[in-house]
Amino acid sequence: MILDLQHEQHQAADPHAGHDMGSMKPAAEAAPPPVVTPRAADRLFDPKAMAAARAQLMVEHGGASVWTVRADQLEYRARKGADAQAFEGEAWWGTDAGKWVVKARGERIDGEGWEKGEAELLKAWPIGPYFDLQAGVRYDLAPPKLSKGGRSYAALGFEGLAPYWFEVQGAAYLSDRGDVSARAEASYDLRLTQKLILQPRVEADLAEAGAATLEGGLRLRYEITREFAPYVGVVRERAFGPAVVAGERAGSTAVVIGVRAWR
Amino acid sequence: MMTAFDRRTLLRGALGLGAVGLLPAWARAGEVGRSPAALSGEEIKLTVGHQMATIDGRSGHAVTVNGSLPGPLIRLKEGQNVRIAVTNALADEDTSIHWHGLLVPFQMDGVPGVAFPGIKPGETFTYDFPVRQAGTYWWHSHSGLQEQVGLYAPMIIDPAGEDPIGYDREHVVVLSDWSFLHPHALFRKLKVNPGHFNMQKQTFAGLLAGQDQSLKDRVAWGKMRMDPTDIADVTGSVYTYLVNGHGPGDNWTGLFASGERVRLRFINAAAMTIFNVRIPGLSLEVVAVDGQPVSPVSVDEFQMAPAETFDVIVRPTEDQAFTLVAEASDRSGLARGTLAPRLGMSAPIPPVRKRPLATMKDMGMGNMHGGMDMPGMDMSMRSQSNAPDVPLTPGVQTIAPMPMDRMAEPPQGLEDVGHKVLTYAQLANLHESTDKRPPGRTIEIHLTGNMERFMWAFDGEAFGPIKKPIAFRRDERVRVVLINDTMMAHPIHLHGHFFELVNGQERQPLKHTVNVAPGGKVAFDLTASEPGDWAFHCHLLLHMHAGMFNVVTVRPLDGEAA
Ligand SMILES: [Cu+2]
Repeated sequence: MILDLQHEQHQAADPHAGHDMGSMKPAAEAAPPPVVTPRAADRLFDPKAMAAARAQLMVEHGGASVWTVRADQLEYRARKGADAQAFEGEAWWGTDAGKWVVKARGERIDGEGWEKGEAELLKAWPIGPYFDLQAGVRYDLAPPKLSKGGRSYAALGFEGLAPYWFEVQGAAYLSDRGDVSARAEASYDLRLTQKLILQPRVEADLAEAGAATLEGGLRLRYEITREFAPYVGVVRERAFGPAVVAGERAGSTAVVIGVRAWR
Repeated sequence: MMTAFDRRTLLRGALGLGAVGLLPAWARAGEVGRSPAALSGEEIKLTVGHQMATIDGRSGHAVTVNGSLPGPLIRLKEGQNVRIAVTNALADEDTSIHWHGLLVPFQMDGVPGVAFPGIKPGETFTYDFPVRQAGTYWWHSHSGLQEQVGLYAPMIIDPAGEDPIGYDREHVVVLSDWSFLHPHALFRKLKVNPGHFNMQKQTFAGLLAGQDQSLKDRVAWGKMRMDPTDIADVTGSVYTYLVNGHGPGDNWTGLFASGERVRLRFINAAAMTIFNVRIPGLSLEVVAVDGQPVSPVSVDEFQMAPAETFDVIVRPTEDQAFTLVAEASDRSGLARGTLAPRLGMSAPIPPVRKRPLATMKDMGMGNMHGGMDMPGMDMSMRSQSNAPDVPLTPGVQTIAPMPMDRMAEPPQGLEDVGHKVLTYAQLANLHESTDKRPPGRTIEIHLTGNMERFMWAFDGEAFGPIKKPIAFRRDERVRVVLINDTMMAHPIHLHGHFFELVNGQERQPLKHTVNVAPGGKVAFDLTASEPGDWAFHCHLLLHMHAGMFNVVTVRPLDGEAA
């Protein structure tokens, strides 16, 4: 009854009390109470069992690790001269706070063996809602054409989603011989239908002394499932400056057929 | 190699009653009478186990209670005491049961790591509590993702006195979503590819056909990296939507006699699905929400989020069947049942309607139509000035610049359906409020997320890493304002309490779960009358799993100095 009376008086003084739809704030503000620990259940149950359950609670409510393995390209490249097979993919494992990333790519030419083969092991941290910073090492296999051994690099890069839904990544590399190179990639998924997707993609590789290669691809894939999508496409590669190997053409075009798959 | 146990359970699954094979009596088609068969009394025994369930002729792993999916109906009486012994017969997994919407001592609330340590394999935990309320409730696991694989069931509590809701017959209608993919696989796929299950994205073919957004809008949304078709995370592409454990083809049927007032106790026990519920040809009189009676409101359709319950009276007078339709909010599928005077009858199933598209308003842009010029306000998508207390972590994709109270609007996708749709603003408590004090303080909680990383949290920080609880003084009256900074609706549930929705009604309705519209805000008044630690979380299971969870502390405890 006393409560009711107080309520009446309050209503008279403040017609918005109770259901103020504007600011949604009451007239007077009390201070919030201090945050309390020990947890209430620790008084009633074995604190050790509670601590274990709490650790599990953390994992199950935002602390979970996830993983994936993917082949973005696994393709046959038909072109003038020797045909080739190419692979590009990555795997990652970790939580929202940080992940381990393994990237690998390679190209094998009929009759010549592996032309390129490289792997990166990176640690990734989120920077902002869309991008990860990645740092780690890269190792290139020695191409059989070259007599020298493999090469290792320190790698620092980023990967993420740019405005207008462009998937982009870039990295700078410092090799064990002291030279610096860089790579950048961008791709876009144009969704023709729910399952038919046209993907333009460009990649630029830059080394010291002006050597560069540029690769542009256009792939049309059909997502039989989201995880398994065969594709056809065309890839155009071109080398510039010292990257042009003596006696070879600077550019080549390949018709590709392949599959994009992940788990 | 198949063990004897596996073979037996498989056979039982394949040869059982109905298409699901594990149906408890209350969920079977044509269940008659005023009270569906139930477990009741002061001593109840439940056993959580693993079984194969057959749904639509396919079998999958399920976690069941007393061998049924959904679990057995528990029917209690207000004022009684109950002891519920729960035995964990799972081989290698803890379990738990949370009594959803029930006012219980906190240590009986069933959340491992908050209320108690959980139930280890082979162990039995006895829940022991007085029943202090009446109405339609439910119960479910709070361990792992067991709720997605079958551990949920209804609970009805009959009032001590006369029921304020008069009816001749009742049916319990438990809506849920079932996937043959393991819930951890669902979660992982969303983490890797957030649009994974959305098979209704905008396409170039659609653009040429003049569907969906204009090119200009598509470019503007693309610039923001926002997908207007992101209505539901997990969809009909992998879900079968169930009525009382029956797939749409299995057609669960509830009987009625012409002219009866039939009470339908709708419970949304889905892990991830918001349903739009209607029964073409019948008006739905909403008489209770989240177990608590409201002044009756007659509508043609209502939206219910996971964890909500709606009691509805229908009064069919014709000798014909009516289809009960519960359409997923993204319109990727539906749950279907039938109300009929006799078994074996059915009515036409209306086609699934076109999926809605999110708007600028769903992004918290208020009433603007595309434009971004609002004098004196920072209308950018992620401005600290619009939420000074929320750290701009990678989990915060957007901060709503102008969140609106949207409780008087029809829920997402039901704006233009051409018939009467329930809004939260229409709900009024049937009874006077028991606490008429104005709130002494206000707290704001932002519902934040990043669709591109499938990160979900309160105030930008997932529970997982480490998070401070939300503290209440015992018996204080607090106003809680939930601001949805994301483009998705979130059903937010507080354990152990009812709160009053500040929806403009003189008698504010009591709820335990409130679905906060995208870009919207909701206020509720709460009397923190229940001492202890309580879970507070989004009831979309995978949002909770991603971190949209916290603990509420109410102090002092009994016997503790203030
Ligand atoms: Cu949520």
